[in-house]
This record gives sequence, C-alpha cells and structure tokens, in this order.
Amino acid sequence: MQSVALWFATFLLMVIMSVPGLWVVLSAFRPNREILAKPPVWVPTELTLANFGKIFGFGSEQVGIPVTSYFMNSMIIALTSTVIALIIGMAGGYAFARYRFRFKGGIFLGLMLFRAVPGIALSLPIFMIWSRLGLIDAKMGLIIVYVSLNVPFTIWLIDGFFRQIPMSLSEAAQVDGCTRWQAFWKIEFPLARSGIAAAGVFAFLTSWNEFALASQLTRSTDSKTLPVGLMDFTAQFTIDWAGMCAMAVIIIIPALIMTFLVQKHLIAGLTFGGVKG
Amino acid sequence: MAGITLAGVEKHYGRMRVVHGIDLDIAHEEFVVLVGPSGCGKSTTLRMIAGLEEITGGEIRIGERVVNDLPPRKRNISMVFQNYALYPHMNVRDNLGFGLKIAGQPQAVIAERVREAAEILGLSELLDRTPAELSGGQRQRVAMGRAIVRHPDAFLFDEPLSNLDAKLRGQMRAEIKKLHQKVKTTVVYVTHDQIEAMTLADRIVVMRDGYIEQVGTPMEVFNHPANTFVATFIGSPPMNLLPGRIEGGQVRLAGGEAVPVPARLAARVAEGLEVVLGIRPDDISPVGHGLGEVAEPADITLTVSIAEPLGMESLIYTTIAGQEVQAKLYGPRIVGPGEVLPFRLALERAHLFDAETGDTLEAR
Ligand SMILES: Nc1ncnc2c1ncn2[C@@H]1O[C@H](COP(=O)(O)OP(=O)(O)OP(=O)(O)O)[C@@H](O)[C@H]1O
Ligand SMILES: [Mg+2]
Repeated sequence: MQSVALWFATFLLMVIMSVPGLWVVLSAFRPNREILAKPPVWVPTELTLANFGKIFGFGSEQVGIPVTSYFMNSMIIALTSTVIALIIGMAGGYAFARYRFRFKGGIFLGLMLFRAVPGIALSLPIFMIWSRLGLIDAKMGLIIVYVSLNVPFTIWLIDGFFRQIPMSLSEAAQVDGCTRWQAFWKIEFPLARSGIAAAGVFAFLTSWNEFALASQLTRSTDSKTLPVGLMDFTAQFTIDWAGMCAMAVIIIIPALIMTFLVQKHLIAGLTFGGVKG
Repeated sequence: MAGITLAGVEKHYGRMRVVHGIDLDIAHEEFVVLVGPSGCGKSTTLRMIAGLEEITGGEIRIGERVVNDLPPRKRNISMVFQNYALYPHMNVRDNLGFGLKIAGQPQAVIAERVREAAEILGLSELLDRTPAELSGGQRQRVAMGRAIVRHPDAFLFDEPLSNLDAKLRGQMRAEIKKLHQKVKTTVVYVTHDQIEAMTLADRIVVMRDGYIEQVGTPMEVFNHPANTFVATFIGSPPMNLLPGRIEGGQVRLAGGEAVPVPARLAARVAEGLEVVLGIRPDDISPVGHGLGEVAEPADITLTVSIAEPLGMESLIYTTIAGQEVQAKLYGPRIVGPGEVLPFRLALERAHLFDAETGDTLEAR
C-alpha cells in the first residue's frame, strides 16, 4: 500500500517534471496554428516534419536562420571550453588534493565564492572589457567566459575525486618504477576518470545551454550559439513557436547523446563519494 | 650485495624535528625491525629510505650508492604499504607485473616472474581477480608478491599486518618469515607491535621521539634493555619498575623493603645512588610456582590484588612498596584476591637503571 503510494507520488513528480520538455518535443512536430489554437488542442491531430524542413531549408516554407552555423558555433565553443576547463580542473583539482601550499584554503574558498556570483551580474563588466579587447562577437570571447564559469566547478569536483584516491597508490607506483607523471597517468587518472567525465558533462551542458551571457556577447553567425539562435524565431509581432520548438529539439539531441555516452561514468561518478574503496 | 646505511639522518617538517640524526647499519640480507610507539618516526625513517620523503640532513646509502637525491624508482627497493596500495583497476596479474612492465621487461619475462611470485605466495588461483574480490590476507599476499617480482635490493614494510585480525596476523607473520628465508633479501620492517619485532627480526631497532634507543638482537634487547623505555616497551606484560636507593649493598625500595643488589651489578653501583629496579613478571612468582631454579632468590610476602588465570599460568596483580606490580604464577593453582603468599624474586634476571637518566647500570 505504502509502496503503491510512493510509486504514484514518484510518477506524478516525474510527469510534472517532464511535461514541459515533452510538450516542447511534441510541439516541434505540430503546425504553428495547432500550437496556438484556442482553446488548446491537447491531442495532436496532425504531426509534421515541416518545422524541421523550415529550419534546414527543405519543403515549401523557409526561415532565414543559419542553423548550421549556430550549431557549429555551439559545438566549437562548448567543446573547446569544456576541454580547457577539464585540463585546468584536473591540474587544479590534483594540486588542491595532493599538495600543501600557502593560502590553499583561501584560494579554494575564493574559487567557490566566485561560482556563487550569478553569471548575469558579470555581463556588463565582461561586455565592457571584451569590447575593448575586441572579443565581442568572437568565439574566443565566449570560450573564455565559459572556461572561467566552469573551472571552479571542475576543480571542486575533480579535487574530491583525487582526494578519494589514497596517496599510497601513487607512492607504490613510484616505488614500482614510475615517474610522478607516469604514476599520475597510469594510476591516478584512470581511477579519477569517472569524476573527470562527470565534470566534463556538467561543463559541456553549462556551455551548451548558456543563454544570458551569450546573448550579450554575440552578434552574428560568427559566434551566435543555438540558444541565442532561438531568439531569431521572435519577430516584432509574432513568435514562430513551432520553429522554436523544432530548434529546441535540435539543441537537446547532442546534449542527450553526450549524457548517454558518459552515463555509466556519470552514475559511478555521482555516487563515488558514498562508496568506500 | 646491498646493505643499507643511515648516517646522521634527520627529518624536519618546517621547524618541527621528527627524526634526530639517526645512525644505523643494516647488513645484506638482514631482517631489521623498527619498533616504537606511535609517532616516534618509524614510518618517516622508512619513507626516507624509500625516497618518498626528502632527507633533511645526513646520508642514506643502499649498497654502495648514496641515494639521498634519487627518486624512489631509481633506488631498486620495493615497499609494502599498511593499506596494501594495490591498484584497484588492475587484476592481480597486472598488479604483480606492473613494475616489470614499467621497466620495459619483455612479456615472457613478466609472465614468468609473475608466475614464480604467485607460486611462492599461493596466489596462482587468484591472478584474474581484482583487489576488490580478495580477502584481507589475500590482498596482503598480493602486496608482498608485488614487492618480490622485481627482485629488489631491499624490501620495506610499513606495518603490513596491522589491518588484519589477530589470527590472520599470526599466520601472515609466519609467512613473512618463510618468505624471507626463501627470498633472501635485506628487509626493513616497521611495526609498533613488539611481538612482531621479537619474532621476525634479526635485529630490532627501538625508536622513541625520533631517536634510536637501542639496536640489538631480540634476545639482547629483551635480556639487556639499554634503558627503562626499552625495558617496558619490549616484553608483555611489561617489566615492573620500582624506584629505590642503594644502601649497604641492597636496593632499598621506596616503601622501605629491601632486596639485595643483583650480584652481576654489585660492582657497578655506588652507595646512595638513586636507582630503578626492573624485574619482569616472569621473575616474580609465588614460591614453588616459578619458572624454574632461581639462582639469586629474594623472598618477600605479598598480597594478591587480582589474579587472572590464563590456563597453565596466572597473571597476578600485587603491590610492592605501594606500587602496582605484575607477577606470574605457573602451574594449575587458583589464587584469589586478598590471599597472602610468599613470593620469590629471581634477582639474577633483575635490572638496575639510573633513576635520573633511565639508562641501564649494566656494562654495555
Ligand atoms: N607531513 C608532516 N608534517 C608534519 N609533521 C609530520 C608529517 N608527517 C609526519 N609528521 C610527524 O612526524 C612524527 C613521526 O611520524 P611517523 O609517521 O614517522 O610516526 P610513526 O612512528 O610511523 O607512527 P605510527 O606508529 O603511528 O605510524 C609524528 O609526530 C608526526 O606527527
Ligand atoms: Mg607509521
């Protein structure tokens, strides 16, 4: 009885959580007039690929939105910033986990506090500095922003994972004939891999989905990312909801693929802390 | 041929000194045990030999080489850690072969050496398991296997048995001893367990607060402790220490009782010297219930406070000169609290220490 109630409550919660997402996906396959119909049409009477056709330039209707450029920009920016954030996160996480140095606690706390500042609060200063440096509407500008947003988090997560690995493993490897560097790559890195994968997914998703700062710092197809591109569907008096939903689906797909690919590591990663090796 | 020499080795952490210039000569193929209470610098000393800890001062030589500035991998030693430090993501075979693989040995050599080590340690059946799938004793054996496959100049052990339960510890102790007989190599073994020290060592090094208190064979350390610290640290239950003063060829204890000065020490004590009389529980027994013939008996009547029967013997708590003393009763006789019995001290095995310095009065 109790378990049925629990199951039902869980189910209800899941439904509430996923309805907006599912509605977006569903809407991507419906014509605009049905989406906007009043009273709403709950059960779709007509499913179509026309919305995607509009975006990718086939079919009768076209919208002038350079989705391919946006997609490439998003990919380049998200992947590059993730790779950089991971490299810095690994180096920093390892340093915090393994070495003693002056002001270690303070620096760590500072990094975490930096993460507490809402990104949007930084938009004006960043905008001003970037415009001096000529980084407005450049991929590099966004990459730098995303790296700095993600680095505190990757350091924090990866530090936690290296901390879980006893020092004696690396010491044993060094006695066994490894240099410190070899000991890291052959022993500590493989053991922290799940944490690094988890940090990578989070960093990628943050960069991939970020809208507020990107909308300020990008102008053209040179650097506009997919979330910013969504705004192209709003005209002065109309919003092309169907097109927007189709685009949203396109944004979701790589994120889903990414998450599935590292899912195994991710779960191991997120529960690692509770398990004693 | 590779002995290990420590000359004036020091270790400071910032302003804190944890090892104060120790000198030690370890012979080729010798089994040396570093023993001492927690925090006395045993692990630090071992880790300096391994190269895992920098040496603040002095010199360490392995064989003919000064290794002060060599990284661990260039010292040709292997180490067994307290937590075993097995690589969790590799199976037993790869754990054993890791060092050889890093050294670039050919596959065939690695396979052969791993097989050989696995055989010596009875691991042949377990080669495909991961460390998580092994019991504590098996992990311990893998850790030792990993140490022997490389045929190093010396093995370093840091409290390898302290994570095992008492029974397994006894078994593994015997295995380590056998292993050393099979694989003749210099061993430096750290423990705070004096039984491990006594049973395994060719020579024991007793450490305290970063100093070496005494170096000697187990029997030397047991029978001729250099000072009161060693006297109470080695041997279980510990040696009884009774403060007193030399008066007319006797040791007058603090409570007024007097016992003769042991004959072998008679020439080494001066009238009026403040001393500590040391006597092991085995050397205080009720008359007729001792370990055997007593050459220099001193009889004294004592009241039993508590008796703990241990089967063929009982441990008796009593007081001499107002101080708690442990004594041993051999043979199947039950005594109870409050019982008053004549006891006999075997003074030929008693010790005298200088009360001020704690050092033995024996010739050394
Ligand atoms: N990294 C360090 N920084 C400062 N002090 C240290 C450090 N490592 C060890 N010490 C100190 O050095 C002393 C000796 O430590 P060590 O680990 O050698 O003791 P030990 O004899 O092995 O003790 P145990 O039996 O508990 O393992 C201790 O007082 C310890 O607090
Ligand atoms: Mg230690």
